[in-house]
Amino acid sequence: MSSSKALVRQFLSDHFLLDAEAQRYADSDSFMARHLLDSMGFMELVAFLEEQFGIQVEDGEIVPANLDSLDAIDAFVTRKRSA
Amino acid sequence: MTPHMAGKQSLTSDVLALDEAAEIERIAAWMRDVVPSSLRRRGVVVAMSGGIDSSCCAALAVRAFGPSRVFGLLLPERDSSAPSTALGRELVAHLGIAHAEINLTTALDALGAYRDRDAAMARAIPGYGEGWRSKIVLTGSLEGGINHFRLVAHSPDGAAHDVRLGTREYLEIVAATNHKQRLRKAMEYHYADRLHYAVIGTPNRLEYDQGFFVKNGDGAADLKPIAHLYKTQVYALARAMGLPESLCTTTPTTDTYSLAQGQDEFYFALPYAQMDLALWSHENSRSAADLAAGLHRTETQAQAIYTDIEAKRRVAQYLHATALTLR
Repeated sequence: MSSSKALVRQFLSDHFLLDAEAQRYADSDSFMARHLLDSMGFMELVAFLEEQFGIQVEDGEIVPANLDSLDAIDAFVTRKRSA
Repeated sequence: MTPHMAGKQSLTSDVLALDEAAEIERIAAWMRDVVPSSLRRRGVVVAMSGGIDSSCCAALAVRAFGPSRVFGLLLPERDSSAPSTALGRELVAHLGIAHAEINLTTALDALGAYRDRDAAMARAIPGYGEGWRSKIVLTGSLEGGINHFRLVAHSPDGAAHDVRLGTREYLEIVAATNHKQRLRKAMEYHYADRLHYAVIGTPNRLEYDQGFFVKNGDGAADLKPIAHLYKTQVYALARAMGLPESLCTTTPTTDTYSLAQGQDEFYFALPYAQMDLALWSHENSRSAADLAAGLHRTETQAQAIYTDIEAKRRVAQYLHATALTLR
């Protein structure tokens, strides 16, 4: 697991009081489909990513393709940091 | 139309057609039954915003009980639009009911509602303060994105600002403005206590189903006579009851923020007539392709609307829930 995935997984676990069952999600699982995050949860996730990784998430980047799984976030953060 | 025939109809506003006279009598008969028997009250209090929902509820109450057992409340505050208050007064006169008008600005000020809201807004837009006007706008899901809130504000010199709201600021703004709905409800129950009346809640089906209300604010009531009706149907009933045309042609607003704010900007992804069709379509298990054809949108957009309806329903579960207890 890459470090960004571990950090995000820890953030979700701590911040949203996920119970043991909710924490059993795969890196590729959709947060939306598993109902792990609602729209407010995604906004908190965006704020976390900006602060943790020193990136600026543009409005047009708040889309499922960038944010709806640990895999998607890892790719998005990697892309943003190398830009 | 009966529900089991719904699948044979194309998706137009015709699916929302109803026998207005019969529905008005059905609701009035139900109110006449439940207010004395289930609630053991002898009349009803209804707060009137000047919008179509509360106007329709007040008119239905008069149909049920006559004007002498309906008490109207007009509860404007600093950010209420003057036309809304005027429409409320017009309706009170039209219905011939007793009423009180109480301006809540001083009380809301004492609670810090405006101060706390403005402080949070000033963190989002430095310089925000006295003389600015603002609203919150929901954006994202229809364009294939994730819903998020934006703060739109106009400074006194007319400059427009539009920023994405962080969660903390959003929550603080909403918590501060929710004082308005909760204080209104406190006043409604105050008058209900004085008169031994029941309190009418005025959500329509869209609001009730999708959670567009404040918990223990406008979500609180003893009976909700139009919670089963789509907004289109509420307008139809209002017209059938002969409510003033000025009321029947108003565009729904939240009447909560100082800049004019449509309900579709703040909560629903679509204007109400389309939102009605979308919710009806979802309720009647129509495909996203059917909805897309009915709304003249792409199938991807229609699917996004369905996803949004389901997401809001999940959020609404908390709003509807009563306190949990151990057994």
